[in-house]
Amino acid sequence: MNLFTIAWKSVKQRALASSLTALSVALGVMLMSSVLVLHGIIKRTFSQDTFGYDLIVGPKGSDLQLVLSSVYRIQPPIENLHYKYYLQLKANKKIEVAVPIALGDNSQKGNFPIVGTTGDYFTNDYAYGKSFLIRGEALKKPLDTIIGSAVARKNGWDIGSQFQITHGGQEEDVHDEKFTVVGILKKTGTPNDKTIFILLQDLLEMEGHEQPVEEGLDKWLKVIGKSKDDFTAEELNAFRHDPDIAKEVTSVFVKFKRRIRSADASGVDNSQAQASQLAFQFQQKLKEGHVANAVNPVIVMDRLLKNIVGNIQLVLMILISLIIVVAGLSIFVSIYNSMTDRRKEIAIMRALGARRTTVFSIILSESILLCVGGGFAGFLLGHLVVLVASPFVESASGLLIDPFAFEMEELYLIPAMVLLASLVGFIPGLTAYRTDVAKALGD
Amino acid sequence: MSLELKQVQKSYREPSGGLLHVLNVEEFRLQQGEQIALVGSSGGGKTTLLNVISGISNPDCGKVIIGGNDVTAMQEAARDRFRAERIGFVFQTFNLLPAFSALENVLLGMSFSGKANKARASELLGRVGLKTRMSHRPPQLSVGEQQRVAVARALANSPSLLLADEPTASVDLANQETVLKLIRDACSENNVSLLLVTHSSEVASLFGRVEKLSDFNKPELLDRKGDSA
Repeated sequence: MNLFTIAWKSVKQRALASSLTALSVALGVMLMSSVLVLHGIIKRTFSQDTFGYDLIVGPKGSDLQLVLSSVYRIQPPIENLHYKYYLQLKANKKIEVAVPIALGDNSQKGNFPIVGTTGDYFTNDYAYGKSFLIRGEALKKPLDTIIGSAVARKNGWDIGSQFQITHGGQEEDVHDEKFTVVGILKKTGTPNDKTIFILLQDLLEMEGHEQPVEEGLDKWLKVIGKSKDDFTAEELNAFRHDPDIAKEVTSVFVKFKRRIRSADASGVDNSQAQASQLAFQFQQKLKEGHVANAVNPVIVMDRLLKNIVGNIQLVLMILISLIIVVAGLSIFVSIYNSMTDRRKEIAIMRALGARRTTVFSIILSESILLCVGGGFAGFLLGHLVVLVASPFVESASGLLIDPFAFEMEELYLIPAMVLLASLVGFIPGLTAYRTDVAKALGD
Repeated sequence: MSLELKQVQKSYREPSGGLLHVLNVEEFRLQQGEQIALVGSSGGGKTTLLNVISGISNPDCGKVIIGGNDVTAMQEAARDRFRAERIGFVFQTFNLLPAFSALENVLLGMSFSGKANKARASELLGRVGLKTRMSHRPPQLSVGEQQRVAVARALANSPSLLLADEPTASVDLANQETVLKLIRDACSENNVSLLLVTHSSEVASLFGRVEKLSDFNKPELLDRKGDSA
């Protein structure tokens, strides 16, 4: 019979008190575990360390709003860019690729965001060195769609599945068009997994998606820094008859031209640095103007994670650590209070030949059993919370939650629990160690 | 295993600050395999004597030699080990642990000597007539059964010396004989020395050698010394 078996017997004997103290530890660990997992999910979701483009160009406004809507698709776009401005970017000689995206609608089933784009979206890497893998076909003809892996899994869709979309995500406002799935993306671990892609042209031609011509004209004149007075009536009419004048996109993903294997004096490939420099210059130029804004999503999200999410997690972790310490103290109180009743029990063990260190270890083992047992239960409960909460969090936030996510940081809880157990078990253990056997047996 | 006490003294500090002399044994011997009934009045120092012999308490002076080993010269950990391996203890109030089954109570004593043996523990419980009660916990056993578990536990490590402190005081008359027979037979079979403390003259009469504690324990002599000093 080893020490833990003896300790376990004692824990079982005081089943109610033991359960309550272990439960208090379990609740603390449950909170810590679920916060760690949820933070890990948020961090992974928002800390895409590379992005397949140099910049996102969008309307003037918040950098974060632009990234959350264009890359993460969890915020609706507030403003749009004029379609003709996208065409200007596309024609820019320094720009290698300009891929437009238009957002705002959602799938009727599952409420997944719809992105109108061009075929270029899939021929470019979504992250550095990572290309899209598509099962099925590319977007070719009207009403073709490519869906992300999570959309296919959650909606149970496959190639050939048909669906409708809602205007602006409003359930009652369903577009008439029926789209057909022609391709399914392999899992990317990015927001693309929960996105439905359709041709930009399809999106723009749908009812309610074009702005009034006059409004489009005014916006375009603003982009080029002119007013109606600068043009003749004929010229203005020509603008009005431009098929693109009323079109808008949400943003444009831009990649600058890189020289192939450009090398500096030391022979180091600096094509990426050159592209970054071009992107920076372009970004600065846009900042000075009034038309558009350009951001690097990696930098924006890094700032968000460090300054806000990281601090929130730190505060939560401190609070939860305090909860666990309080739970640890309740174990101390529970064991310490039981010591008076157990003096005789300890004396009997000593009379049977148990050493002082043995009874000390038995009490410490009890503390470890309660802490580690409670901790393990808390770990399971924490993951159960994530499992149960994930569909609600997904629908409320638009984030993809892996219900079985596990964080390596959770492993630190094991030595932390053993340390806590040792600390709170030390004084009761010492009481057992110092028990006067003859006196306790006499009692 | 023989037991020898030489000039053993033990006193306790009283709350008033004075000394209460409990033991003053000039000499006491118990031969290998011998069985002695030790009788004495209540508060006469019987339990203290057993505690000193078993190494639970250290005497203030003198020697306790068991099987040639001077227990009083041992470090506490060595005394604990010696007690676990060589000395069996049967208490008046059984002192079984309520959270453990009969079998586990027997195994517990074996565990502290590092010789836990389930087969032997079961066999011992079988010998004391508790084969069908091994998984029962003490509160589920009768008083007589509890004392039999205590006897099995005391014998579990094949001790050379068995100390029994009023083992029949808490059991009814019907069970007294059974318990005594168990203890004495087990000691005879295994050549174990037995020192059984009792206040019952009936119990004492069953033993070939009966010692009155007051005949060899003279704490009053220490009192007088203290007074004259």
